[in-house]
Amino acid sequence: METIIGEIVAKYNYWIYVVLMMIGFYAMIGKRNLVKKLIGMNIFQTSIILFFVSTGVKKGGGIPIVDKYQALAGHVEAASTVNPLPHVLMLTAIVVGVSVTGVALAVLQRIYKEYGTLEEDEILEKLQR
Amino acid sequence: MKSLALLATLVTGALLLYGTKDFPAWGDPQAPASTYLSPVYIEKAVEQTHVPNIVTAVLGDYRGYDTMFETVVIYCAGMAVLSVLWRKKEE
Amino acid sequence: MRDIYEHTAGEDLIIKTSVRLMVPFIQVFGLYVIIHGHYSPGGGFQGGVILGASFILLALAFGMKTSQEYMTVSVNAVLNNLGPAIFIGVGVLCALFGGLFLDYSALDKLIPLGPVEWRSFGIFLIEVGVGVAVMSIMVLLYWNLSSGGAMDEGL
Repeated sequence: METIIGEIVAKYNYWIYVVLMMIGFYAMIGKRNLVKKLIGMNIFQTSIILFFVSTGVKKGGGIPIVDKYQALAGHVEAASTVNPLPHVLMLTAIVVGVSVTGVALAVLQRIYKEYGTLEEDEILEKLQR
Repeated sequence: MKSLALLATLVTGALLLYGTKDFPAWGDPQAPASTYLSPVYIEKAVEQTHVPNIVTAVLGDYRGYDTMFETVVIYCAGMAVLSVLWRKKEE
Repeated sequence: MRDIYEHTAGEDLIIKTSVRLMVPFIQVFGLYVIIHGHYSPGGGFQGGVILGASFILLALAFGMKTSQEYMTVSVNAVLNNLGPAIFIGVGVLCALFGGLFLDYSALDKLIPLGPVEWRSFGIFLIEVGVGVAVMSIMVLLYWNLSSGGAMDEGL
């Protein structure tokens, strides 16, 4: 029992992000309205981005912006700054998420003009007729 | 239907939480994500590019291809919205 | 008496006055975030979103027709393509001068500044291209999504 508590305390950030991920996942498969599914996808994406950024944190490290003249004179310790590589990759991921949301909202507008509703079961019923 | 979705969500959440047993602890400087390539970037970025912001240096210089394709992605998103929403008015 | 001051497009007078005061400062801050990306957190994407948000604020407060006088649809179409063109143009220019595709130190043969200084300047040119692309695409997305394709009146 103590090892489980010790593990939860050491890795509680992963547990929080898994909970957020499951909230987004339930919204994507459990709701019937199409806009709510889109919002669930956004929540899922946000939790993935936060998860990746949190894997690069080092204890006692600062932000990855160093003093220019001090770095040119001496050298920079690798353990004094947080890992910058997940930050870079997640900038791309955020922009891709914005693009997907924009295109999905445009497609939802066309669906509403065509069928008159945004509920999933009513659209499936109209498709089968 | 909703209870089935809730069951699937809980099973997936339990599997993911079981998978976090293998992860390194939060804030570990010897985690595998921080030992292979990023010490090279942190130590060599300022003397090779004269840019103190390591994130901008990696984004613009060492990983320039990723930034280029990301700009192409956002351009394609704009074109996709135009092609979906602009229609000729059918009289 | 109140009908003279209420227009059909746009919001109330207080909102219009405060937005008119705020938009220049937002744009200057957005340009600062793009240009100062070497020394402080920021860079191309963040500054581009702030610049795009200033135009969207103008469209929300004054109505879409008025905001389309400040950035016309044809200028927006030119800026949409100029962003990726600057990026890929810098890359092709580096390849023409003997280096690899995005190797900024090969541009040293064009204007002699030193290969390490050219890497810093090359990153700056890239960020300007990215900022222009993101700004114009954000404004285009807002115009199209809020009016359903016909850009006459929005939210």
